[in-house]
Amino acid sequence: MFLLLPFDSLIVNLLGISLTVLFTLLLVFIIVPAIFGVSFGIRKLYMKTLLKIFAWATLRMERGAKEKNHQLYKPYTNGIIAKDPTSLEEEIKEIRRSGSSKALDNTPEFELSDIFYFCRKGMETIMDDEVTKRFSAEELESWNLLSRTNYNFQYISLRLTVLWGLGVLIRYCFLLPLRIALEFLSKHVHLMCYRICVRALTAIITYHDRKNRPRNGGICVANHTSPIDVIILASDGYYAMVGQVHGGLMGVIQRAMVKACPHVWFERSEVKDRHLVAKRLTEHVQDKSKLPILIFPEGTCINNTSVMMFKKGSFEIGATVYPVAIKYDPQFGDAFWNSSKYGMVTYLLRMMTSWAIVCSVWYLPPMTREKDEDAVQFANRVKSAIARQGGLVDLLWDGVDH
Amino acid sequence: MGSRSSHAALIPDVENIRRETGFSQASLLRLYHRFRALDRSKKGYLSRVDLQQIGALAVNPLGDRIIDSFFPDGSQRVDFSGFVRVLAHFRPIDDDTGVRDPKQPEPLNSRTNKLRFAFQLYDLDQDGKISRHEMLQVLRLMVGVQVTEEQLESITDRTVQEADEDGDGAVSFLEFTKSLEKMDIEQKMSIRILK
Repeated sequence: MFLLLPFDSLIVNLLGISLTVLFTLLLVFIIVPAIFGVSFGIRKLYMKTLLKIFAWATLRMERGAKEKNHQLYKPYTNGIIAKDPTSLEEEIKEIRRSGSSKALDNTPEFELSDIFYFCRKGMETIMDDEVTKRFSAEELESWNLLSRTNYNFQYISLRLTVLWGLGVLIRYCFLLPLRIALEFLSKHVHLMCYRICVRALTAIITYHDRKNRPRNGGICVANHTSPIDVIILASDGYYAMVGQVHGGLMGVIQRAMVKACPHVWFERSEVKDRHLVAKRLTEHVQDKSKLPILIFPEGTCINNTSVMMFKKGSFEIGATVYPVAIKYDPQFGDAFWNSSKYGMVTYLLRMMTSWAIVCSVWYLPPMTREKDEDAVQFANRVKSAIARQGGLVDLLWDGVDH
Repeated sequence: MGSRSSHAALIPDVENIRRETGFSQASLLRLYHRFRALDRSKKGYLSRVDLQQIGALAVNPLGDRIIDSFFPDGSQRVDFSGFVRVLAHFRPIDDDTGVRDPKQPEPLNSRTNKLRFAFQLYDLDQDGKISRHEMLQVLRLMVGVQVTEEQLESITDRTVQEADEDGDGAVSFLEFTKSLEKMDIEQKMSIRILK
């Protein structure tokens, strides 16, 4: 057992090095381009190389088969028999037409030999017809080294076996863990990004009642003061966002976010269509594995002193609602974004140059619509709860001049 | 998909089938895969229903009769060797059978056997003669709805008269063969399988 010790450290070192290499590669080749949306063209190169290898493998197998004097089974998608270009229907018409024009008394001609044509046609369809062909399992013309999809793999020579073995090794020991790692990472990277943003703004956030945090398959509803609300909430949990597609800087950010997580974005025109919105949200919510949707039902930003009437759309869906109240402390930085006055960039600048952003987030216990309430009443109930918690004034104005 | 071997050894009784039908190994392999594709429920044999599923066969006027030719003697199943035996009738005639051993049975795709196959499509009751009634039925199938019953009858009469030599009102196999002796049966009743 002690003999293993020197090897132990060697193995550990090797493992450490290989892991480091792996992660560096991961970072450089996958994460960085993903952030910037740039592709190195590695995947295309990979595919081209694979195709070349498959073609070579098939050639080798053909040669192997020829040596043994056997036939290689090649599935032809063009059919197995030589066919006439005319179809059956055309021929029938032709026969009947020519028959009727020949006879003087206008009776169609018939010969004993006419039967041969139909007989042969029938046999042809038995041997090969379009429909059944499509239904039989897809057979690749060249072997793709997966050995689950080819009939001819008994003709493999030694070289080919080695190649196949290598392929197995690569697939199981390299691609598989890589893909699992990516899957795992993407969630954390997402969270990381938000946390970084929060740090950038020197935000001090106090979370209250974290046990009431929204769960999968629900809707998280919060009062809306600034776009930073999103960052603040998202840095403490995973959400799927709902919102309008913005142009400009916001659009870029939105597109980047979409890549990391499944969000639900709407075009401006779609937003008007309440039913479409409701339908998409319902679909998302009903999938229990999807992240909770984050909705700001007020629509526009309020100056954080009042909670305007929540638009009832989000409350019609019937899922569990997790209300969240966000309140900023105005002493250190006014987070209010008056979108009619400032653009996004100016706003960000103001944010960055204020001392700090201090806010409190309260996670309220989940609420569901009662049987005898309609959407509006439910919305009001949620709104009051949020307002009460945040110490905000509960307003009835819904922000739109009717 | 599984690791299905393409080796001809997979086909049961392949040597006998080869000898009997004269198909090459490659052709047999193709037909075997076709057989398996048609046998959707993987029973190992084909039933009438399996063949009726082929859409293009359903529009063929002789579709039902062609299907029946696979099920001789009232059987309800056809295995691969039966399947191939029928299809062998449509193999193109070999040019190299100049001198054939007379003791050997005639190959399935000889001219005579092709004619016999076609004859059997007419002769429903298998009594060796195509009666007027049987002729009428086939005609009705093939020439179809455009023609009145009287016209059908007159065509039938004419056709039988032309072929019938001994005047028994029916067409025997010999009479059938004779009336078609000038016809290029080989070309009309052959299907070439691609390599």
